[in-house]
Parts: sequence; C-alpha cells; structure tokens
Amino acid sequence: MNTKPTEAVIDCRNLWKIFGKRADEAMKAVKEQGLGKIEVRDQFDCVVGVQDASFTVARGEIFCIMGLSGSGKSTLIRHVNRLIEPTSGQLFIEDEDVNTLSAKALRQVRAEKIGMVFQNMALMPHKTVLENVSFSQEVRGHSLQSRRENALRAIDAVDLNGWDQKYPDELSGGMQQRVGLARAIAADPSILLMDEPFSALDPLIRRQLQDKFMSLSAEMKKTTLFITHDLDEAIRIGDRIAIMKDGALVQVGTPEDIVTNPVDDYVADFVAGISKLDLISAGKIMEPLAKFESREGPLNGAAWPEAHPDQSLDDLVNLSVTTQHPVVVKIDGSPVGVVTKNALLRGIQGDFDATAAVTH
Amino acid sequence: MADKDFSILDPFSSVDLGVADSADGVKQWAIANRDIIQPVKRFFNEMIVGIDNALNAVPPLIMLLLMVLIAWQAAGRRVAILVGLAMTVLGFLAPNAWALAMTTLAIVVSAVILCFLIGLPLGILAGKNDRFESIIRPVLDTMQTIPAFVYLVPVVMLIGIGNVSGVLVTIIFALPPLVRLTSLGIRGVNASVVEAARAFGASPSQILFKVELPLATPTILAGVNQTIMLSLSMVVIASMISVKGLGNEVLRAMGRLDAGKALVGGLGIVILAIVLDRVTQGMGRSGRDRGHRHWWQGGPVGVVLRLTGKA
Repeated sequence: MNTKPTEAVIDCRNLWKIFGKRADEAMKAVKEQGLGKIEVRDQFDCVVGVQDASFTVARGEIFCIMGLSGSGKSTLIRHVNRLIEPTSGQLFIEDEDVNTLSAKALRQVRAEKIGMVFQNMALMPHKTVLENVSFSQEVRGHSLQSRRENALRAIDAVDLNGWDQKYPDELSGGMQQRVGLARAIAADPSILLMDEPFSALDPLIRRQLQDKFMSLSAEMKKTTLFITHDLDEAIRIGDRIAIMKDGALVQVGTPEDIVTNPVDDYVADFVAGISKLDLISAGKIMEPLAKFESREGPLNGAAWPEAHPDQSLDDLVNLSVTTQHPVVVKIDGSPVGVVTKNALLRGIQGDFDATAAVTH
Repeated sequence: MADKDFSILDPFSSVDLGVADSADGVKQWAIANRDIIQPVKRFFNEMIVGIDNALNAVPPLIMLLLMVLIAWQAAGRRVAILVGLAMTVLGFLAPNAWALAMTTLAIVVSAVILCFLIGLPLGILAGKNDRFESIIRPVLDTMQTIPAFVYLVPVVMLIGIGNVSGVLVTIIFALPPLVRLTSLGIRGVNASVVEAARAFGASPSQILFKVELPLATPTILAGVNQTIMLSLSMVVIASMISVKGLGNEVLRAMGRLDAGKALVGGLGIVILAIVLDRVTQGMGRSGRDRGHRHWWQGGPVGVVLRLTGKA
C-alpha cells in the first residue's frame, strides 16, 4: 500500500465522490462502463462531486486548487480530513490512509495534524476569540494554561492582540477570518486546509490577508491545500496550481506552466486575463542569440541593458524604458539571448510562441 | 353489537369495534395494578410536598425579596420592579392568596422540572434523528390536543387523587412545546459551525454539549417558557383531582357561583404567569442581546462582586 515517495504529506489517489442514494451502483457503472457525469445523473440520479482526482502535496508546499463554483473543490478538500467519505479511492496523510482510521484516531488527526479555515469563518458565536482559537486543544483535553498560551501565540501571529476576550460578532469580517486563521494554526498542525478563506472579504482586506497568510506561511512552512475561485489569488499564493472543472483536475502545474502552457481552451480562457508581468521570465520570451545574430549580424550590445533569464517581464520593462536598445539576456556575463521591444510587448500580451518569429 | 342493518352508505353506525370497551379495560387494569405504582407515587408526592412546604416556610416578605433578586439577576432591573409590584398585588388580593400561590408555584415547579428532565433528551433525539421526530410528532400532537378530561379518569384510577396525579396530567399537557422547541433549536444550529467543530476533532458528545446545546439555548428556553405557561393553565383542571392552590379556589368559587372568589384565584394565576413568563424570557436572551456579559457580571451578584472588589 505504501509505495509512494515519503515527502508527499498529502497524497490523493484516484479519489471519486458521487452523491446520491445509488452512489455505489453509479460508481461501479462508472468504473466498468466509463459513464460520464451526465449519464450518471440521468441513469442513477446521482451527482458526481469529484472524478478521479490524484495529486500530491509535498512538505511545506502551498498547493492551490482553482475552480469555479460547483467544480467540486470544496468537496475535494473535505476528503483530506474526511469530513466527507470518498466513494472510491484513497487519501494518505503522512503515509496514513485517513479512510481506514478509527473514529478516535481520526479525531486526533483532525485536532492535531490539520488546521482548517472556512469561507464563512464558521466561528462559534457563543465563545470568545480566545475560546474559539483554543477549541481544537479544548476538545483534546489540554490544560487551560497550555491552551491559553498556544491560543495567545496564534492570536498574536495574526495581529489580534487585545481582542482575545471579544466575541466574534464584535469583530469585522476581516478580523473574524484572522481568528479563523489563528484557530487553524493554534495547535501547530502540519497541514493547513484553506477553503476559499478570503473569498467573502472585500478586495483590500483580501489583499491584506493574503499578505498576512504568505508571510505566516513563509515563516511556518506548513503544507497547505488552498482552495480558491480566483486565479490571481492562486498565482499569488500557490507554489503549484491545479485547475478543477466538473469535479476533475484538468491541469496541475506551477503558475508559470499554467499561464504559458494551458492544456485546453478552458484553462486558456482562464489565464487569458492574467497579468503576465510577474509570471513570465526573460528566458521564456528571449530570442536565442544564434537566431538573433543570423538575422541581425553579430551582437553589438555594449550599450544595451542586461538581464538574467529569471527576471520577470516587469523588470525588463523597467530596463527598457530608459533606452532605445533591446535587452540582452546574459548568464554569468555571457550573452544567451535578446529581448527586443516588440518581443517584450508581445510577451506582456501573453504571446510568446510568436516571439521567436518576430521580424523587424 | 350492531343493532342496525348494514348500509353501504352509512357503514359507520352499523359497526361497533368495541374501542370504548377495550379502553375501559385499561382502566380496569390500572385499578388492579395500583399497588405497583404506590412507592413511585410516594416519592414524587414527597418531592412536591417538600417544595410546597419550603416555599411556604419562607416568610412572604423575604420570599418576595428573593423573587425580586432572582428576577433582577435573570432578566434585569425592569423585570425585577415588575415582579416586585405584581407579587405585592397578588399578596394583597386576599389574606390567604400568597400561601395558595406558593402551593400552585410548587406544583408548577415540580411539573416543569420533570418536563425538562423528560423533554430535553427527547427533544435532542428528535432534533438529531428524522425518524424519531416523525414518530414522536403525532404523539406530541395527541398530548396537546386530547381533552384533559379524557386522561384525568385513568390517571386517577391508576395513581389516585392528589398532587402526583395533578403533576402527571400537567406534564402530559405541558411537555410537547419543550420537545418541539428543543428539536427546533438543535436543527437550527448553523451547520457550518458544527462542521468546523468536527474539523477540529470534536466528538459527537462534545459537539452536542459545547456547540449545539449552547447555541440552541435561547430556543430551548423559549420551550421552557411555554411549558411553564401551559402548566399554569392546567392548575384549575388539576384542582379537580384534589390539587390545592389557586386553581382550587377557582374551582370552589365556581361551585358556589362566588364571582369574587373566582376573580381572586384567577387574577392570582394570571399574575403568577406574568411573573414566570418575564423571568424565563429574560433568561432566554442571546449573548449578543446581553452585551456579551456573563450572567454574574450583571444583576445583584454583579453588584456584590463589584462591592467586594472581585470583579
């Protein structure tokens, strides 16, 4: 059973979730006859929530699952702490199959290994901020003293000092979600599950909380599964992104991968509106030196600005505005390629395949 | 049995299934089995008489003061003033009105305590389990709508006249709203909060006691309030099976066509109802309405704590 590499903290294998009274029959039919979502709905009156999802999240990685409402991302994340039982497939947390755990062991994993943040906060209105944050330790029966210490540390981490005796309805939405975040990290779990945590907040507060989360996660290095319907957010936060559609993972990759090589029209549509400035590097859009020289003659770039292949388009723009020359891309002082103004402009538009063929 | 010829257009009058006779059998069984029930009856009778004696042993003025303090603690200063005035009026209605009211209060308190002990678990079960809810709902409907006179006789046959029977018929009538509202309260708890509790490792019993019951408390207390009101409305009927108190005054006055005496008893019941209603409603306010203060931070206890410098 245990054949996977050990660095995967969350390992999801061929996970299916079908909702409905005849889910098991439907599952069997899907496996034997390869029925699709529509057929399952018509023949079995069941809804496919997650189809055949497989992914791994490495230790310390932030893995974003991006999809529109109803794409099954919230259903998928609830399989990690088994709030929802899968119809078929396995899910391992640190080499343990969560679906074989006893009820007691599962509660321990939920309280000690996993912290979860919800879109609608889901704070307990009858408990103070401090009591909310220390809830997972309360149910484990930790002493009041250690509970309080851990909770206050978490409250401090989300900058809510002095609010610990208030009740959730005395706080603004953004502060409430910070309490949610503090509750998730209070027991120092190794895994964070974030279910659209910032979706219900206004853009400014969302941005602040994203920054807060990113600085916290850089510090804490927690393995994070982050659900969002906002591709900008996924790109900003995620080390890797999975695009989900109709319950299936359509594409998994780094933000740059997804933006530069969308696997199908659906993903391409999504990434069309994304700013490429920070995502695409000089190396992606440069014209290789040999090709440039065969067209324009030997490189005479003494006065040209210089860049490294890893620098973003944003940096190239800054370099370019001061001069009329193209930018020369160098590795360890030796030129490897050239980015002309035209190639840069096309790159900003997201049109990088064509850059090699740019003519003057 | 069927003394009429069978007619297809009127099938009912020609068929007698003997329901009434077999129900009478229950009464016979009750009479035959009275001895089993006597020790249980004695226990509950002593509980009721004990509460009655305790309430009547306290001098009325001190009792009045206690009630005002309790009302202040539970529902605030306004209600405390109302309770003080109302109970004073009750005391001046007639020389024996206060003692009668305490006896009635003892019956109501006993009935409500028992209703709570029976109704809360049933309500929780009904709130968690759809099947149980669908089974218990017609039972509750029956308990609320069947005329009290129907079960008055079998209860007396089984238990005999007196306080215990009075409390039992009161429970039959007053229990349903508590069960219904407890179920409603449990069902009304925000599902996402329960999910969050699960996600952080709470067990089912922890979810019940730390999340569901606290959040359902205002609704459950509304149920307790209704139970108290219905208990009070039963005191006149209960007095028919020799339960003392204000209800008995009304019953006796009716027998003698003594409108004045009936008014005294009736007003006494109304005042008691108002007092109990306001106090229990005050207890049912949510945390936000109370400005998120703990109960010991307000009322007389809060004053004492502040004066002694402990808060």
